[in-house]
Amino acid sequence: MNFPILSSLILLPSIGALFLFFTKSKSENKITAKYVALFTSLVNFFLSIYLWFLFDQTTSAFQFVEDRIWIEGLINYKVGVDGISILFIILTTFITPLCIISVNNSVTKRLNEFLIAILVMETFMIGVFCSLDLVVFYLFFEAGLIPMFLIIGIWGGARRVYSAFKFFLFTLLGSVLMLVAIISIYWITGTTDVVQLYELGIDTKYQNLLWLAFFSSFAVKTPMWPVHTWLPDAHVEAPTAGSVLLAAILLKMAGYGFIRFSLGLFPSASEVFTPLIYTLSVVAIIFTSLIALMQEDMKKLIAYSSVAHMGFVTLGIFTIQQQGIEGSIIQMISHGLVSAALFLCVGVVYDRMHSRLIATYGGIVTIIPKYAILFMVFTLAALGLPGTSGFVGEFLILMAAFKDNFLVAVLASLGVIIGAAYMLWLYKRVIFGKLINSELKKMIDLNRSEAFTLTCLAIPTLYFGFYPEPLINTIEVSISDLIDTYNFSVVSKQ
Amino acid sequence: MNNIELIFPEIFISLSIMFLLILGVFKKDSSKIIHNISLLVLLVTAVITFNETLSINPTTLFNKSIIIDYLSSFMKIITLLAAFVVLLISSNYLRTFKIFKIEYPILILSSVLGMMIMISSNDLIVFYMGLELQSLALYVLATFNRDQLKSSEAGLKYFVLSALSSGLLLYGCSLIYGFTGSTNFNVISTQFTTNEYAITFGIVFILVGLAFKISAVPFHMWAPDVYEGSPTSVTLFFTMVPKIAALTVFIRFLYVPFLNLIDQWQMILVFLSIASMLFGAIAAIGQRNLKRLIAYSSISHIGYALAGLATGSNDGIQSSVIYMTIYIIMNLGFFSCLLMMKRNNIYYEQIDDLSGLSKNHPLLSISLLIILFSLAGIPPLAGFFAKFYIFKSVIEQSMYFLAIVGLLSTVVAAFYYLRIIKIMYFDEEKDSYDKDHNLWLKLSLTVSTILILMYFIFPSELIDAVSKINII
Repeated sequence: MNFPILSSLILLPSIGALFLFFTKSKSENKITAKYVALFTSLVNFFLSIYLWFLFDQTTSAFQFVEDRIWIEGLINYKVGVDGISILFIILTTFITPLCIISVNNSVTKRLNEFLIAILVMETFMIGVFCSLDLVVFYLFFEAGLIPMFLIIGIWGGARRVYSAFKFFLFTLLGSVLMLVAIISIYWITGTTDVVQLYELGIDTKYQNLLWLAFFSSFAVKTPMWPVHTWLPDAHVEAPTAGSVLLAAILLKMAGYGFIRFSLGLFPSASEVFTPLIYTLSVVAIIFTSLIALMQEDMKKLIAYSSVAHMGFVTLGIFTIQQQGIEGSIIQMISHGLVSAALFLCVGVVYDRMHSRLIATYGGIVTIIPKYAILFMVFTLAALGLPGTSGFVGEFLILMAAFKDNFLVAVLASLGVIIGAAYMLWLYKRVIFGKLINSELKKMIDLNRSEAFTLTCLAIPTLYFGFYPEPLINTIEVSISDLIDTYNFSVVSKQ
Repeated sequence: MNNIELIFPEIFISLSIMFLLILGVFKKDSSKIIHNISLLVLLVTAVITFNETLSINPTTLFNKSIIIDYLSSFMKIITLLAAFVVLLISSNYLRTFKIFKIEYPILILSSVLGMMIMISSNDLIVFYMGLELQSLALYVLATFNRDQLKSSEAGLKYFVLSALSSGLLLYGCSLIYGFTGSTNFNVISTQFTTNEYAITFGIVFILVGLAFKISAVPFHMWAPDVYEGSPTSVTLFFTMVPKIAALTVFIRFLYVPFLNLIDQWQMILVFLSIASMLFGAIAAIGQRNLKRLIAYSSISHIGYALAGLATGSNDGIQSSVIYMTIYIIMNLGFFSCLLMMKRNNIYYEQIDDLSGLSKNHPLLSISLLIILFSLAGIPPLAGFFAKFYIFKSVIEQSMYFLAIVGLLSTVVAAFYYLRIIKIMYFDEEKDSYDKDHNLWLKLSLTVSTILILMYFIFPSELIDAVSKINII
């Protein structure tokens, strides 16, 4: 296998963006630009599906590895995938074309630049999930700030400047400590190559500080309570496609980072800090769920629910059991699909009524029935109804949590109940009830592209809910290997 | 006299200065031709330096008072090229203010000559001589737009404060001479005992003088006023070229005679570095004028270069040199943008004048966007790598405090760079600026932007070039 398939995945969207950049002055025809972007991202999607098809599920070793000298004697450009990262890559390439389809109504000005930003963003996001060198990872991880800052700032809502700054500075502040840690690792071990670091291991005496430095970055990005405050602002102000990218993929970078780096590189520190993560996760689950109950803005409600869902993810990762981590990854994939869909749903009604307030709506079930059905599917998936992908993840995480710590599991389960409450209440207030606002009567049901994107998201949500086997098969071996290594190094250090 | 050919570059440039002066006196309206000849002189000198001296073993001349080695040749080439670009892109600006005169290129050449002597110096007296030559030329350059009050004020301020710092520096030199009996760097290193306090005093005075020249906090007070008042093309010159020379002297002075005293001066350098990084970042937030803002930003950037020097290792020196090189490229790009903000023969320099630039000038604003993100140190742009090398060498010496403070101040600094981007991209547009720019100005902006953007593809080239610097 000599074809550099991962580098192609990383570079393709950028090439598309470059193409758009150089052709923009000639044509005012917005449709063409959209088709170019869509075409690029679809090619990337099929390439990633092909990657999944070639992927060998029976080994935990990294596959499709490319290793090139980048800075002599310092950094190698090294990319590769294993069971943990491949699903995130597919999620990224799956969500991006849907984002591009959805820009129809929400983005009216500077469409060309918007598409460029989204494609560049895709490059960076795939890069994050592929990279097997800490510096390369950091590069992609941070570079994503630039397009996202512009997406929120240029195409966002009324308070977009505040939100864009908050997003940028919060994440940057979290990440700089990670850079210190990465350079320290280089001087401690002599390499930043993740595969070599897995074999070498890092001395226990350094692990705690390094873990905290990585944690500061991932906690902001996840986002964990109490540094989650940038998320609701960023989500509310970002345009629909921006919110979708943010919720579906950007947040997953941190979850992925926890599994790949915090567990993989610093096992004994992870053991030490597990209670911290448990506490923060449980607080996030209960506290932000309660906040979500009180929201009057639909986007804000979904944003807070994202924080709660990511609380489940961090909880599951640090149970350090097969089911827990599997559950976390499935929860992340599921949340990627469901939150993307929910933001699109909000976008649909926002485009028609230009209001995100729940109070504006009510009783629209008879006016736009198709919308009501799809919205219901995703509402139920978000609250984790059996038969949707949300259930599989939450169930596995709670199962692992019960084995480890009864109290934490009970508290987290409480969060599930509150979660059901705020989602159902949201659905009831928006869709059912009496039709008071007469403006709503003019609403048109889903058009073809909206129906298409939402159906595209609904199919995997239901399919993996009933039959999560393909996901679990892909990640199983890598995770059990990770846990074996983890247990080995924790036991051997004691 | 052996090896005289090694200072051909200096000889050539001084002869050219004299020739140009004579030409300027006898030929009327010769400013254009002198401008062009000066450009040629700078380029030719750079080529001579490259050919004659870049690849030779360290050699000393004139009773060891001048040293030609890789560091000096590398820094001279950078100085010459930076001065070349400054001269190249400043002609339109000077014409607008009707100060396109013969003195301008000649003064730049003289200051460059002074800097080349500084860079090569291996002796306190030679170093001081070079320093004064470049300073005198710079005082005049600062007041070059003499009809404007601000420009005269800038020159006077610069002169008074700089003369003060030269005095301090000279006092330090005399202390060191008094206690070691020599002004030669190599001799000094063999002549002192480490517990001599007077030597430490001497070092402190010289460091203060040098910190003043590179505008490191707390000796930065002149920088914002002088940068704002001087003509923009001179400001561009100030922010880059004298700093290269002063930084080279910093390296040579600390690492050749006084490496054994590292315990004494390391603390000072760490303080200068932290103070500059933090103060530059925080003070820039409140600025409204782009030139003042870039003054504070350059203070902050010099802090990072000093962090590399504070390590006391060869890696640290190399990372500082890389940092300055990348910083110069970013600065050139930034000022090219500034020089393009012209409408009806008026140059605009307030931050608010950038409002909505992205709608009327998409290419200009995307370049500025890239340059600003690079100045803020966001990957994958060149500015990130510059900081990365610095912190790599800092952490190698386990100076974690310096590294963490430095990286936190990049977050603070990111705020004001983002604010410019916000004004360019998120705010409402104003009237558009002129679009018929000088070809060289456009070229300088394009080249610097591409270098910044594409640096990550070929990062090894610069490292290879710098890795031959070997002082310790």
